[in-house]
Amino acid sequence: MAAPYAKLPGWVDYGLIPLINLVVAFLVAGLVVLLVGENPLRAAALLVQGAFGSGDGIGYTLFYATNFIFTGLCVAVAFHCGLFNIGGEGQAYVGGLGVAIAALTLDTVAPWWITLIAATVMSGLVGAAWAFIPAYFQARRGSHIVITTIMFNFIAASLMVYLLVGPLKPLGSQVPATRDFAEGAQLPRLDWLIEMFGMNVRSAPFNVTFLLALAAAFGVWVLIWRTRLGYEIRTMGFSPTAARYAGVRDTRIIVVTMLISGALAGMMALNPVMGDQERLQLDFVTGAGFVGIAVALIGRSHPAGIVPAAILFGMLYQGGAEIAFEMPNISRDMIVIIQGLVILFAGALEHMFRPAIARAFGGLAEGRPKPSAAVTR
Amino acid sequence: MNKFLPGTDPLMAPYAIELAGINKSFGAVHANRDIDLAVEQGTIHGIIGENGAGKSTLMSILYGFYQADSGEIRVGGQPVTINTPNDAIALGIGMVHQHFMLVENFTVLENVMLGAEGAQLLSGGIARARAELERLEREYALEVDPSAIIEELPVGLQQRVEILKALYRGAEILILDEPTGVLTPPEADHLFRILRQLKEQGKTIVLITHKLREIMAVTDNVSVMRQGEMVATRKTAETSVEELAELMVGRRVLLRVEKGEASPGAVKLAVENLTVRDSRGVTMVDDVSFEVRAGEIVGIAGVAGNGQSQLIEAIAGIRRAENGRVTLDGEPVSVTGEADPAMLRTRGMAHVPEDRHHMGLVLQFEENENAILGYHAKDSYVNGPMLDLASIRRDAAEKIEKYDIRPPNCRLKTANFSGGNQQKIVLAREMEQDPAVLIVGQPTRGVDVGAIEFIHKRIIEMRDAGKAVLLVSVELDEIRSLSDRILVMFAGRIAGERGPEATEGELGLLMAGVADETEAPRTKERSTEPETEAAE
Repeated sequence: MAAPYAKLPGWVDYGLIPLINLVVAFLVAGLVVLLVGENPLRAAALLVQGAFGSGDGIGYTLFYATNFIFTGLCVAVAFHCGLFNIGGEGQAYVGGLGVAIAALTLDTVAPWWITLIAATVMSGLVGAAWAFIPAYFQARRGSHIVITTIMFNFIAASLMVYLLVGPLKPLGSQVPATRDFAEGAQLPRLDWLIEMFGMNVRSAPFNVTFLLALAAAFGVWVLIWRTRLGYEIRTMGFSPTAARYAGVRDTRIIVVTMLISGALAGMMALNPVMGDQERLQLDFVTGAGFVGIAVALIGRSHPAGIVPAAILFGMLYQGGAEIAFEMPNISRDMIVIIQGLVILFAGALEHMFRPAIARAFGGLAEGRPKPSAAVTR
Repeated sequence: MNKFLPGTDPLMAPYAIELAGINKSFGAVHANRDIDLAVEQGTIHGIIGENGAGKSTLMSILYGFYQADSGEIRVGGQPVTINTPNDAIALGIGMVHQHFMLVENFTVLENVMLGAEGAQLLSGGIARARAELERLEREYALEVDPSAIIEELPVGLQQRVEILKALYRGAEILILDEPTGVLTPPEADHLFRILRQLKEQGKTIVLITHKLREIMAVTDNVSVMRQGEMVATRKTAETSVEELAELMVGRRVLLRVEKGEASPGAVKLAVENLTVRDSRGVTMVDDVSFEVRAGEIVGIAGVAGNGQSQLIEAIAGIRRAENGRVTLDGEPVSVTGEADPAMLRTRGMAHVPEDRHHMGLVLQFEENENAILGYHAKDSYVNGPMLDLASIRRDAAEKIEKYDIRPPNCRLKTANFSGGNQQKIVLAREMEQDPAVLIVGQPTRGVDVGAIEFIHKRIIEMRDAGKAVLLVSVELDEIRSLSDRILVMFAGRIAGERGPEATEGELGLLMAGVADETEAPRTKERSTEPETEAAE
């Protein structure tokens, strides 16, 4: 009775409620579209058409989704330990450095898959290293990880600018980027996957990192729910007191969790750097680190939720660009507003409709806090 | 309305509160079922029942935290609707919660006027409040210094502030929810004197408790709740402890624990000169030494907050000790170094913590996941880095059967088990590891009577199997009926040792810091010793 929420069937908890939240988010977004004088129905049609209407649309949607799966997993792993890693953006950014090191070293001598393995390891290591410092300070000194990881995003950005206008830039080049990767560091596209469904892909950079992302999602599931380490992470996340009682060393578990989280963020860099641009350039993360927070929230920190949530955001990214292109009154910023609404309703306000739904299911209707409720029962 | 109280004349004793046909469900749980209750004006009315019987729900309905699904509430004969606590206060109903609702770093006066400041600027209100508070304190003999800071007051006085808060808001009907849980026996007696005095001044008091002794000591009438129903109302003078216990549980209960003589063996746990400070540097355990032998139960009695928690946490390796030595089965344990509960477990120390909700269990976990908490590195539960889920669940299912944990489903979320069953999950986990030493903190806190019997039996079985048992409890009855030796803790020290035959009064004095002959000079010296009301 003292439990804050009534028990609901799983399909309501994980299916119906997120769906209602999404529908409301899109309804409010529709009002915004109406406000700027465009037809929301047409906008919606353009969004879906842009994201799924063509082979290229799907390719781009899944390309973006690949980024969000990695960053979503990064945030989710930290969530399970009770840590809020806002530093995915920076960890992914420096992860690009790991990719570049592996690619620039191996691209002329090794086939793509060897380079990919090396780059995966390197990007993970660099991303983990970037997460290590905030993790260490959190574990040892209690410096709040939200603050330190945010600050590390800025440090990462400055560091990368320095490296890309200096040491990493080929002599004589005017562009703040590394040289283009040779064939040995260019990832194969997955066009055949989409073509299997009878669609053509011309330019979308949909590549093998998508499969790697799915493997990472499965790996995270195994880690969290099937290993001893994951058990300790969850114990720590739910109850640090119980973790101490169980003999879980908090310093170790915080640092290890953040290393895994940072490594997942770092691996995100594989997708744009090796799979699309084929060189390391400025700002390739483009906010994916932050979108990862929304993806983890909507996906309830479970890989099976994160993958569809990442695809949803991939759709918003890709379809949104289409709307901005087709509708003169709607700029890129409008799309950000719509994405913000989705985050607001599906992430931050996820419990808004829950009491009403719980009541509808004959559950416990929790209206407001009942301080005495838990006292003797 | 009068069916429970034959012989009372409604004209002579009008009812302060009448509840008729109150129903309240939470999902599938019918917490209150057709409750009728009539509380006479100017009496102390006890409501007794096991945990989960629906007492608190009923009072929460009366105080406006919940709304009943059906039924009628009458206050002073008038039907009323109580939607919020403010409605209740306006009707003259005041509530003293089990966990005080006080701002710790405010003064008594500030706490009393909180929410009733009177205006945007405080100055006028403060003067009025002070005058009114002083009048109340005189009228009801409830002296508290209005300018004292709450956190510096002993709990007995904090509770008095809660009562004053209710009176300040014009309460004619006072509801007290488990008021003696945090008090020493002398403090509890003092509270009962206050309640009788309030009654003489014409106030009506509803006392919720699960302690039969209190009901017998102070109430005029008593209503018994069981499984959401009001099963009986009696005049206190015409009933007995045995009858009430039977009504509460629905069957005959063994109030005394049956146990044979202890046959203590070798020393299994020895604690020498242990000193523990809390995070603020306050000394909570001060130079404590004792030992526990195989085959005996050593009970540590004391009012909550006198260092018992820190003591067992230090022994169990959860909290770092400042000083001292602990030996487990003859081998020294590093209590001042890096704490390591995991290592202690492998060496045969099992620990049922006081706070099962935060420490002993992860409520969000499935039952089987909690059944390995702390033992999750054991070979039988893992395959390399992977958890061996099949083995874990098989093991959990066996314990569920052996300890009669209900519902018998190891995949259920732990939060969905009742308090008694949650405690059994912890006990099963710790006892089934065949430890040499078992540390048990508050084994029956928030546990229903039926489960208490079971838990006590198990603890004695552990003793008889030759385990060394260290028991910490604030329930004096529990300490007295289980322990072979009783240590009383006061202000971080062992105030005295007694055998199980010690009277409650004797232990009560030790718990209140009235020094034992043998320890007299040491306890007197202490300047940080918390004030108590024992001297009154």
